[in-house]
Amino acid sequence: MDNKFLPNDQTTESDANTGGEPKLSLKKICFYYGKFQALKDVTLDLYDRQVTAFIGPSGCGKSTLLRAMNRIYEIYPGHRATGEIMMGGVNILSPAIDLNLLRSTIGMVFQKPTPFPMSIFDNVAFGLRLSQRLSKSELAGRVEAALQKTALWREVKDKLRQSGLSLSGGQQQRLCLARAIAVAPQILLLDEPTSALDPISTQKIEELVAELKRDFCIVMVTHNMQQAARCSDYTGFFYEGNLVEFDATEAIFTHPSQRRTDDYITGRFG
Amino acid sequence: MTTASQQQKRIWRRNSGDVGSGAGDSGPCGAGPGGSGPDDSGAQDAPQPIGFLHPKFSWATLPDRGFYGLSFIMVVLVGLLTLSVLAVLIIESWPSWRQFGVGFLWSSRWSPTKEQFGALPQLIGSMLTSVIALILVVPFSIGAAMALNLLVPSWLKFPLSLTIQLLAGIPSIIYGFWGLYLLAPWLEQVIYPVLLALGAEESAGFIFAPIFAHIFAAPGSGISLLTAAIVLAIMVLPYIIAVMLEAFDAVPPALRESAYGLGATTSEVFWHVILPSARQGVLGGIFLGFGRALGETMAVTFVIGNAHRLPQSLIGPGTSIPASLANEFNEASSPLYLSSLVALGLILYGLTLLLFVLARKLLLSEEGSAKPATAKGKS
Repeated sequence: MDNKFLPNDQTTESDANTGGEPKLSLKKICFYYGKFQALKDVTLDLYDRQVTAFIGPSGCGKSTLLRAMNRIYEIYPGHRATGEIMMGGVNILSPAIDLNLLRSTIGMVFQKPTPFPMSIFDNVAFGLRLSQRLSKSELAGRVEAALQKTALWREVKDKLRQSGLSLSGGQQQRLCLARAIAVAPQILLLDEPTSALDPISTQKIEELVAELKRDFCIVMVTHNMQQAARCSDYTGFFYEGNLVEFDATEAIFTHPSQRRTDDYITGRFG
Repeated sequence: MTTASQQQKRIWRRNSGDVGSGAGDSGPCGAGPGGSGPDDSGAQDAPQPIGFLHPKFSWATLPDRGFYGLSFIMVVLVGLLTLSVLAVLIIESWPSWRQFGVGFLWSSRWSPTKEQFGALPQLIGSMLTSVIALILVVPFSIGAAMALNLLVPSWLKFPLSLTIQLLAGIPSIIYGFWGLYLLAPWLEQVIYPVLLALGAEESAGFIFAPIFAHIFAAPGSGISLLTAAIVLAIMVLPYIIAVMLEAFDAVPPALRESAYGLGATTSEVFWHVILPSARQGVLGGIFLGFGRALGETMAVTFVIGNAHRLPQSLIGPGTSIPASLANEFNEASSPLYLSSLVALGLILYGLTLLLFVLARKLLLSEEGSAKPATAKGKS
C-alpha cells in the first residue's frame, strides 16, 4: 500500500528539479486528536527549494500534517503523532528534540495574520531575540533583510516603530512571513496563508512564495486549487486522513492516477 | 429604485414635520414599518420612522410602541436612580461642607465631642489598604490566571476556576470573622514580629531597615491596616483572576501558536505575546478590584481597628471610609456628625467615580495607541 502513496515518477521529477536528498522525509505518520485518528500512515518526501502544496476537502488532515512538522500540536494536550519525520538524519518526532530550536528551524505562517502586539520592528526581531544574541546593528540588518525579502521594506521603513496591528491585512501577513524568515529557517510551513486576504494581497503573497522558494523548502496548505496549480512544484491530495496521491503538480492536475483526485480537482466533490 | 427611496425619504421628512399633508400621498409607507409594500426593499437606506416619531397611530404597531416606550422609561429610571443617590449624598452632607469647607478633605481631626470633623484619616486608610491589597494581589492573580490559561490541563481547569469563583461567593462578613479570629492573631504572633525585627536597630545589615522601622512601627497589632489590606487582597482575588483569565483566554490561539512557532518558550509566549495582547483586560481587572476594595465594608471593619487618627504604622490600627460609616452611623449624636459621615460617603462615591472615569480613559487611550508609536526601546 505504500507504493501508491509514493510519487509515481519520483525519479524523473526529483532528478530534474532537486537532484538530491529530500529535505524532510515523512514515514508512516499517524496523528491523533485524543482518540480520533486524523492522519493514517502518511508517507512523503519534501525537497529543498521546492513548493509542495497540500490540497483536499476540509477536515482531510492537510493542516494537521503541517502542524506535525514543527510539532506545534504539542502545546495542546491529547494531540500526538506517531511515525518518523527525518530531517538531516534526525527524527524530529523524537522526544529528545529541542522544540524551541526545531521551531526556529521550521517557520510557520497561519491562515489569519497574527502580528504580535508590538512594533513592526519588534515583530520581526521577536524570533531573533529569542534564539540569538545579536548586536543592535546586526539585529537591524537582519530585520531589514527580512522585510526586504517580503517586499515590505519600502512600505514600512519609515514606520518601524508603529504597531504591527496598524498595517493592512495583506501587509500583516507579509510581516508574519518576514518574522518567520528572519530567524533563517530551512523550511517554511504556510497554513492557508491567503485565505483571509483580498485578491491583490493574495497575488503578492504568491509572488513572494515563488521568490522565497529559491531559499527555502516551502510547504503550503491551500483550499484554492488554482493556487496550488500556480505556485507549487509538488502536490499532495488528502482525503479523510489519507494521502491519496502525491506527485508533481503538473501530473496531478493533468493526468491524476487516482479516481478521487480527478473527482476533486474537477470539482465533483469537496 | 433610487427614486423610490428618495421619495420615501421625502415623505418621511414631511411626515415628521406635519402629519396631515404627508399621509395623503405616502401610500404603503404610511401603514407603518411592517406594512410597506414591494418598494420597501429599495428604501433600505431611508430612515425608518420609529417609536414616538411614528406618524400615524395604528393598532398593529401598538405592542412595538409599547415596548419602545417601556424600555425608554427603564433606561431613564436607571439614570434617575444614579442621580438620586448623588442628590441624597449632596443634600445630606451639605451642613458638613458648609461648616468645614473643602478643608474637610485634608483635616485629620475627628472629634465628635468638639464637633470637629475631617476626612483625611479615613481617606488615607481607604487608599492605603486598597493600594496595598492590589500590590499584594496583582502579581498573584497574573500568575494564577496564567497558570489556568497555559499550564493547567483542561480537565483540571474547570474545577480549579470553580474553586476560585467560590471564593467570590463567600459573604463579606465571613471574611471578617476569618480575619479577626485566624488571620489577625497569626499575623500578630508570627509575621509582625519579623517585620518589627527587620526594622530594629540590630538588623544593621538590612538596607531597608530604616524604611521598615518607619512603616512597621511598634507595637505591632493584628488589628491593623496591613491585616485589613490582606483580607481585602483575598476578597478581590477571585474577581481579578476571573477578569484576567477571560482576557487571556480571549487571545487568539493562532497568536499563541505563532509565538511558539518561532521557538518561544511558554514564559516568553506569556510575557511577550499573551500579556501584552490582554493588557486591556488585565487593567480592567485591576480597576475592578480597586473599586471593590475601596467600597468593601464589613470585613475591613472587623480587622482595621477603627482608630480616627492618621496611620502611624502599617501594623497599627487605622480606619477607612466604609468602616467609619458602618461603625459610627448609629452613634452619630448630632446633625453635624451625621452630615460629616454622609460627606465621607460622598467622597467615596467621588473616588469610585474618578476611578471609573480613569479606567475608561486609560482603556480608550490604550486602544488608540495601536496606531501611533508604542515601541519600547528594547535591544
